[in-house]
Amino acid sequence: MTDRNDKKPRLVVVGNGMAGIRTIEELLKMAPDHYTITVCGDEPRPNYNRILLSPVLAGEMAFEDTVLNNWHWYHEHGITLHAGHRVTAINRGRKTVTTSDGLALPYDRLLLAQGSYPFVPDIPGRQLPGVVTYRTWEDVRVMQALEPGRTAVIVGGGLLGLEAAYGLAQQGVQVTVIHRHPWLLDRQMDRTGAELLHKSLIARGLALCLPAEVCAILGDDRVRGVRLTDGRELPADLLVFAVGIRPRIDLAQAAGLQCERGIIVDDTLQTFDPRIYAVGECVQHRGSTYGLVAPLFEQAKVAANHLAQYGRLRYTGSLTSTKLKVTGISLFSAGDFVGDPACEEISLLDPTAGIYKKVVLRDRKLHGILLYGDTALGPWLFQLLRAGADVSALRDHLLFGEPANDARHGPASAVDPLPDTAEICGCNGISKGTIVHAIRAQGLFTVDDVRRCTKASASCGSCTDLVAQLLASTLGGLYETTPPRRTLCACTDLTHDEVRDAIVTRKLLSARAVFAALEWKAPGGCPTCRPAVNYYVRTAWPVEATDDPQARFVNERVHANIQKDGTYSVIPRMYGGVTTPGELKRIAAVAERYAVPLVKLTGGQRIDLLGVRKQDLPAIWAEIGMPSGHAYGKALRTCKSCVGTDFCRFGTQDSTHLAIALEKRLERMWSPHKVKLAASGCPRNCAESTIKDFGVIGVDSGWEIYVGGNGGTKLRGGDLLTKVKTEDEVIEIAEAFMQLYRKEAYYLERTAPWIERVGLAHIKAAVLDHPATRRRLAAELRLAVSQESDPWAAAVGGELTIHTQALGPGGAS
Amino acid sequence: MTGIPDTSTAIRWQDVAALTDLPALGGRLVVVPGGEIALLRNERDEIFAIDNRCPHKGGPLAEGAVSGHSVYCPLHNWRIDLTCGQACAPDVGQVRTWPVRVTDGRILIGLPL
Ligand code: SRM
Ligand SMILES: Cc1cc2nc3c(=O)[nH]c(=O)nc-3n(C[C@H](O)[C@H](O)[C@H](O)COP(=O)(O)OP(=O)(O)OC[C@H]3O[C@@H](n4cnc5c(N)ncnc54)[C@H](O)[C@@H]3O)c2cc1C
Ligand code: SF4
Ligand code: FES
Repeated sequence: MTDRNDKKPRLVVVGNGMAGIRTIEELLKMAPDHYTITVCGDEPRPNYNRILLSPVLAGEMAFEDTVLNNWHWYHEHGITLHAGHRVTAINRGRKTVTTSDGLALPYDRLLLAQGSYPFVPDIPGRQLPGVVTYRTWEDVRVMQALEPGRTAVIVGGGLLGLEAAYGLAQQGVQVTVIHRHPWLLDRQMDRTGAELLHKSLIARGLALCLPAEVCAILGDDRVRGVRLTDGRELPADLLVFAVGIRPRIDLAQAAGLQCERGIIVDDTLQTFDPRIYAVGECVQHRGSTYGLVAPLFEQAKVAANHLAQYGRLRYTGSLTSTKLKVTGISLFSAGDFVGDPACEEISLLDPTAGIYKKVVLRDRKLHGILLYGDTALGPWLFQLLRAGADVSALRDHLLFGEPANDARHGPASAVDPLPDTAEICGCNGISKGTIVHAIRAQGLFTVDDVRRCTKASASCGSCTDLVAQLLASTLGGLYETTPPRRTLCACTDLTHDEVRDAIVTRKLLSARAVFAALEWKAPGGCPTCRPAVNYYVRTAWPVEATDDPQARFVNERVHANIQKDGTYSVIPRMYGGVTTPGELKRIAAVAERYAVPLVKLTGGQRIDLLGVRKQDLPAIWAEIGMPSGHAYGKALRTCKSCVGTDFCRFGTQDSTHLAIALEKRLERMWSPHKVKLAASGCPRNCAESTIKDFGVIGVDSGWEIYVGGNGGTKLRGGDLLTKVKTEDEVIEIAEAFMQLYRKEAYYLERTAPWIERVGLAHIKAAVLDHPATRRRLAAELRLAVSQESDPWAAAVGGELTIHTQALGPGGAS
Repeated sequence: MTGIPDTSTAIRWQDVAALTDLPALGGRLVVVPGGEIALLRNERDEIFAIDNRCPHKGGPLAEGAVSGHSVYCPLHNWRIDLTCGQACAPDVGQVRTWPVRVTDGRILIGLPL
């Protein structure tokens, strides 16, 4: 630390979680230089979004995506982070805190943001391995380690328990939820709603046991099961307690700060010691404690305001609403949805559609909201509730939305009738007005933009749809038609198209030349832009440009597909899925000689040798004597075929012949992403031609051509491009189509999203409407393909260097 | 990596490759008694030697993409800092780094005696 820093007051934060770091973020906005900041957190990682542990557990998100501030952020703001250090004592007299690792940190201001402990009831056996809670990244790791088919018991049918149950079930684990109340989510739902939820959870494969209570945990060396108070026993390889949280007050208590259920704070988030502030789940304010992020973020704002010595804001408590993050189940509840005799209730129940809506009114105002199955009205109703508005005039519409809304746009624009003050992002407290203003003032186009600039939808993500609707209604037609300006990657401010134009107009002949000429921020590019630029250069200048193997991903450098254990796979080409006894014998011999662990038929009608050691690759290629199938490349993969006229009683065209001809024409073609073809002999379509990038179906009078089909991550049926009479026409159209795709699609964009982006009409115009253009495109493709040789033969013949041998002492290569 | 002993003691410089064996932005696998080391070269011709096992799931880092002071694992794209061997946020993980020296067009790695 420098002298300058030493003069600043020192702020120490205990707790590197959501509330503490949000307070620091707010503070940095107001007074970036006021304090020398030190953060202690007992989790050994930077600050992450705890809420998103549920999508991570459900396999819907990677942990990396939950990080809110990475190590770099702390460094950049001059914050010292002691991650993995627990604060064990506060010495208020000396104004220091001490940590488990023996650090003594002096403070001028202390911020306690310790969150809570997950509560575990005092049941015999609670110490056994395999008994966990659901709070941290470590907990998620333990749950993720459970193998499919194992059994897990979740104690607690609240929000957290159900999210844990759903996540584990997604992993293939058999899950039973035990809940002491007669219905699930009793704090968020009434019985009617809970019954609908109950059914849909059972439909998702969960077992539910309620009302029931655990009285003993079974097992000697680790958990084996649980016993219920009614005497039943359930097996369990993992037992998860999600029965509530307790604010972490022990540290504050030991330091003599006033505590009840939580650390007591006033409206400025100050504790009884004016040097010590507290925010988050660990505090108790006006008698309430909170377990959701929205109130914590409000507290963070106020605490930061006072730490920055603005002294203006007051925190007066929060009204919260809750949602359940289980994909496909929507639930929104707020306020008191049970009511008392002085309340009125309006409800709608459609058990078949799985929809239940209910509002509770009191003194002509909304008093509680419960929406299940269709929660579009949540923000609107919540806004009315918070505002304490007189809703008598809206009575008829409360469960359907404002009348103008229905008439004009239908359900898609549930956001239109909302006033500017309506809260869209509950987690971050971002209103409609703030989002709309940011979209207009900062020229935002995408949900990501909005997330970055306003934080709306950046926490639990359940308001993403609403944000998208706001974008659509604010930008109108622009949202549909103006593509966002997407730079190629963080190394440049240019878009894919701009880089490609420059490559053509300035005749840039290598990836390195592009990086130099276009002033790349990282001189050698990064793993995102390097393969893209290398590809763009090669497509623009197929003859002149030099291919840079270092710019390619390992698979395309080694010409084999890397496996999870570092071995490789070998898939030779079998044109149209047709092979011969001779090829099969050679494959069999190689598989035996090199002890290939797995020989498998692929989904692309060919054979895969899996688990090959890198050093064996060249010998295997030589002995098989078949060309590379490019199964590892952004390149032409396969052309599947069916038996067609030669053997099939329904065949109308010789699909096998055409498939082989197509594959031979296009093999060795590099492309923005992989390309798959198929040819079927009749409309029964046995080769699945309509889910291929380019597929043909034989009919009596010729061939139907489909483009842009995809059977992968996102299913898309191909579009009928045209119908032609002869094989030659099919081949020429295939070549022209491929060249257009190669020249226009962004790197890593398959034909399906490309066609969605540019439209089928554009493709028809280029490859059908003008025969001259079609012929030119086809000729360009033939030229490009003619530059490529079979990489396996080249490697065997010594024209292509693939480093398959390790270096070692002495430096032999 | 498990096999290679601690470097806190004295080291010896082991010649493992010619500079020409290692293209800019390239990586090569080096096998030494006791284990595997990834030898990597960035665009500024700096050369690094680190254990050839990604802290995530053991991916071969010699096959990764190098950019500046980082290598990206070929299996799931974790980024490892070449200067300290630390995995970049969010996960904590570390691979061992080894000193490298280039003399007369030869690359030497500092291994424990
Ligand atoms: C070997 C094979 C599975 C099999 O045993 O059948 C296979 C294996 C892989 N597929 Fe596939 N796919 C295989 C047929 C398919 C098919 C079926 C087909 O080709 O008819 C599909 C759906 C059809 C399609 O692509 O439209 C398919 C859709 C995918 C996708 C999703 C692509 C998409 O656009 O959504 C990926 C991921 C990607 O490419 O980014 C993928 C990625 C992969 C990778 C390369 C994953 C990777 O990056 O490591 C797998 C390599 C495994 C390995 O370690 O070697 N594989 N993959 C098939 C090889 C076919 C061949 O002979 O070349
Ligand atoms: C799986 C899951 C899903 C959730 N989903 C939602 C949701 O959808 N919506 C919602 O609003 N809320 C949700 N929550 C609740 C929300 O995450 C919490 O309300 C929020 O994280 C609390 O913030 P905090 O800063 O008070 O506590 P935390 O985020 O827990 O941060 C406290 C940190 O302080 C550390 N700490 C404590 N004591 C010490 C000490 N002595 N020394 C050093 N470090 C210490 C802790 O290790 C922790 O890292 C969810 C919670 C979980 C666990
Ligand atoms: S698509 Fe037609 S020709 Fe091909 S196998 Fe099926 S029925 Fe026979
Ligand atoms: S093994 Fe390296 S990123 Fe997964």
